[in-house]
Amino acid sequence: MSDLATPQEAIRPGTAPGEDIALEFRGTADFDTSEMTLSIGPAHPATHGVLRIVMDMDGERVVDARPVIGYMHRGFEKLAEHRDYRQIMALTNRHDWLSGFNNELGVAVTLEKILQMEVPDRAQWIRMLMAEWGRILNHLMFVGSYAIELGAITPMFYAFREREDIQHLMESATGGRLHFTYNQPGGVKIDLPKGFLRQSDELLKLVRSRLPDYFDLVLGNEIFQARTVGIGPLDPALALRYGVTGPTLQACGIAEDSRVTEPYLKYGEIDVEVPVGRNGDAFDRFYVLLHRIRASLDMIEQIHDAMPSGPVNVKLPKMVKAPEGHVYGRIENPLGQLGYYLQSSGSKTPWRFKMRTPSFSNVQVLPHLLRGTLVPDMVAVLGSVFFVVGDVDR
Amino acid sequence: MTAPGAGLLKGLGVTLKHMLKPAATQQYPHVRPDLAPRTRGVIALMTENCTVCMLCARECPDWCIYIDSHKETVPAAKEGGRARTRNMLDRFAIDFSLCMYCGICVEVCPFDALHWSPEFEYAEYRIGNLLHEMPRLREWADTVPPPPALDEGADLPKEVADALDKATAAIEAADQAKAAAEVEAAKPAATPAAAAAAAAAADGGAPRAKRAADIDIEVAVEIDQETYDQLIAEGKSERMARSKAKAAFVRKKKAEMLAAEGGGEAAPADAAALADPAAPAEAEAAAPAAPAAEAAAVEPARPRLADVELEGEVQIDQATYDRLIAEGTSERVARSKAKAAWVKAEKQKMIDEGGAE
Amino acid sequence: MNSELISLGESLADFDNFGLSVLVKVLAILAVFFVVPLVVGYMEHKAMAHQQSRLGPMEAGPHGTLQLVADGIKFAQKEDIIPTAADKWVFAMAPGVALVPGILVFAVIPFGPGLWAIDLELGLFYALAIGSFSTLGVLMGGWASANKFSLIGGIRAAAQLIAYELPLILAAAAVVVQAGTMNLAGIVGAQATFMIEGTSINVWYVFPQALGFAIFFIAAMAELARPPFDMPIADSELVFGYMTEYSGIKFAMFLLTEYGGMVSMSALISVLYLGGWQIAPGVALPGCAGAGLFDCGALGVVMGLGVMLGKIMFLSFLMVWARVTYPRLREDQLQKMSWLVLIPLSLVNLAIVAVGKVVL
Repeated sequence: MSDLATPQEAIRPGTAPGEDIALEFRGTADFDTSEMTLSIGPAHPATHGVLRIVMDMDGERVVDARPVIGYMHRGFEKLAEHRDYRQIMALTNRHDWLSGFNNELGVAVTLEKILQMEVPDRAQWIRMLMAEWGRILNHLMFVGSYAIELGAITPMFYAFREREDIQHLMESATGGRLHFTYNQPGGVKIDLPKGFLRQSDELLKLVRSRLPDYFDLVLGNEIFQARTVGIGPLDPALALRYGVTGPTLQACGIAEDSRVTEPYLKYGEIDVEVPVGRNGDAFDRFYVLLHRIRASLDMIEQIHDAMPSGPVNVKLPKMVKAPEGHVYGRIENPLGQLGYYLQSSGSKTPWRFKMRTPSFSNVQVLPHLLRGTLVPDMVAVLGSVFFVVGDVDR
Repeated sequence: MTAPGAGLLKGLGVTLKHMLKPAATQQYPHVRPDLAPRTRGVIALMTENCTVCMLCARECPDWCIYIDSHKETVPAAKEGGRARTRNMLDRFAIDFSLCMYCGICVEVCPFDALHWSPEFEYAEYRIGNLLHEMPRLREWADTVPPPPALDEGADLPKEVADALDKATAAIEAADQAKAAAEVEAAKPAATPAAAAAAAAAADGGAPRAKRAADIDIEVAVEIDQETYDQLIAEGKSERMARSKAKAAFVRKKKAEMLAAEGGGEAAPADAAALADPAAPAEAEAAAPAAPAAEAAAVEPARPRLADVELEGEVQIDQATYDRLIAEGTSERVARSKAKAAWVKAEKQKMIDEGGAE
Repeated sequence: MNSELISLGESLADFDNFGLSVLVKVLAILAVFFVVPLVVGYMEHKAMAHQQSRLGPMEAGPHGTLQLVADGIKFAQKEDIIPTAADKWVFAMAPGVALVPGILVFAVIPFGPGLWAIDLELGLFYALAIGSFSTLGVLMGGWASANKFSLIGGIRAAAQLIAYELPLILAAAAVVVQAGTMNLAGIVGAQATFMIEGTSINVWYVFPQALGFAIFFIAAMAELARPPFDMPIADSELVFGYMTEYSGIKFAMFLLTEYGGMVSMSALISVLYLGGWQIAPGVALPGCAGAGLFDCGALGVVMGLGVMLGKIMFLSFLMVWARVTYPRLREDQLQKMSWLVLIPLSLVNLAIVAVGKVVL
């Protein structure tokens, strides 16, 4: 594995919400009450998609929570066994639909590993540019949805306004706004259209100028802080045991990021900043999210400066066939570490195509986070642990 | 719980600021969205280009393309040729309710029959109506925008790069030939045409002499009787003889005008070539050689095999035939190639005999 | 300080024929109740939209002015769905129990000189008491829906509305102490004659009782279950809280209760703190005699009404602004804020006013 930064000043959980005041919560121990089993989902505004959480509740306090996944299982890995690699790349846009580009980038990186392909420089840099814009798209979505679950209805609209501009930019190069199908093994399909870098630069300045709004409107808001500070603290050791990655893990204080620990594309040549939180609570997760957007914007600026010229793909055979063997390729999805384990028997379809998705691991810590919280906090916790149900279930 | 603080007021400031700025909404359908040329709106089909290779239907991950075709035999183009079988497209349908807009079909089509169009307003009330047939797909082909230019730093597209390479090669070859021609100009001229070409090439740097193409005649075009009779005697068709005679007439007229105008200004080779009602092959060779002196310097004026016509029965070249049979080719192929070799040899003989005149 | 009780005139609709005046008053109240909340609703649509960088309704009528009319027609023709397990009678009566008190509050609110239905000596007491009756409707709706989420919403609503009654009443009590009357029109008159100690600068009660104004405003938002106090509704958790199972006219009645409450609370705040229909402190309405506020001609009446409506719109805008900007407070934080912050502060406010009244 990789070297993990030691958690600095990680404050262990121990203070339940509301224990700053000397009021003892005796619960309903003195009363003859019965526990209520409430099923949040599968169709519920708070869960991002069809995730079901079965909760045992004592009044408004959650005693136990069990996530039930699988409502969105589409049989991706089985489908992949009967599709050739170009079709697989088109399909992987769709399991985590908020980070389409990064998903197909993972497949491309994996294929290039097994095919031992040299990717032209310009293609690497273009891929990085698109990947970072895709990362910002994903994080903006979660900024909006997290805020709206707490009742702040406005950041969602601001986030979507930014997303529209970014999607318009990416559409001019790739043709798609959500599902890009722009990668191929060995590079990207076609070069950038005229004026793309200039437009990307203008958009960079625009998004940068609007980012302080989120800090002012949400992060600095006392009500938001009261709702999220100390809520749902995630123990770093627990997170590592469950394989939690991405902003959820970075909020616990661990600076684990595949772009730094195992650089792919040209991440080794630019300055990759990995913001970390301190306590791993819901507030820190939002804090890390906003700072990751800022860090991605800085990276985009570096990519603009470094963009070389040259070809953007290599000549491919009519049908790409992976040689016999197996390989594991991993990249940093916006939600965490995305890995593809490809086992090939030499034909044009894989023998086994296993997807290690970040949301699957992120969801597993939910029972630990939800135990002992109140119903509104349950919503705050759900909003702050970043996952996409399509990614969980594939 | 604390009393409202600075953060709350800042938040109010942000929302107030946005209220006073214009909204980001585009009111569709009053305002159309500004879509990029590469936008994947709908797949359009150029039926003229489709050869029914079925690659798109095979590669589609959803199997949403339905193609029907039948085979037809097309009679031989020439006498003695083979009849060909051609695949005719009967039905090409795309089910857009299944289509996932991945673009694999557009990418694999080897004949550029499928294209992306930014057209997106084809919503239907019934999902079955999203299955679109060939006429509708062909209609959308008219909305396909040209591909956008590429950003700086990008490699040129392959077609453009190849064409540029050819053009630069041609220019380089022309420069080389010009240099060679200048060297040759020092030597005594081999043929009048070559001398004229060398002379013209030598003063290629000088201001261009007035050429035939620069003149417009404003006379009713008639035919040159001499040329006409000659061509009819040779056995050409009446129509062809008449058109060539007209061309000869124009040339003569222009030569007269040039001579009248410039006196000694015009390139001597030009006037000489125009005034010469020589055999069509030579006239054709000399006329383009003179005005386009540089081209003539590249290619010595030479009649081509295609210009010569053979009459009489075609025989086979025995040597070629035996060689091919010995190599193992089939009898039919060997015979046809031997015939071709015989024809070529005969034509070359005719040209050599003719050129010696 | 001047504590003269201003004797007030009759309502404009007091005719010799008792039946006629009752009819006119009822019609007027209904007209106000069905028009002003819709205007406030339209303002909310548009203000909220522009603060969120979008346009809001634009298609129904010019710039969406007829949107809420269209909504009303839509609600009227919707299917009325009653869950099988619901307690039918309670379920059916809950919207009525919530709405009717909201309309009854309008009986005492003065919208201008002479523009009231009845001029009760205990006007403020009546308004606050009747207004809190809607809580019962909310509770009925939450219970009878046979839906766990609705139940949670209803229970939260009950706890919240009870908790915020106290700061509301205590803040209002401070105003009563200062004005010396519970009569709403009288309170308006008192503000017209209230001078800062030792000067002849006329100010409204918002100036000496700024704290009370803030407390009353916050408590009013909590009473109406408006964000940031909309835990009973909490759309991201409870779909729509106690209103989840309602559809059609019943749902429209709940919504109308909310917007009607916004109007009545804003009107109360204007009357209690912002000088009612007075244009500016120290400026008399044209055409009026008594203190420049009563016995007015037609012009004065119309202007007074316009001023009141303007203040109502402004206060409603503040409520909408708060809704757009803030996330919602958690229930226990809400309760803490009421019991541990607002009530002590309102007691302090009351004490200051009382002392001031005696000493000054």
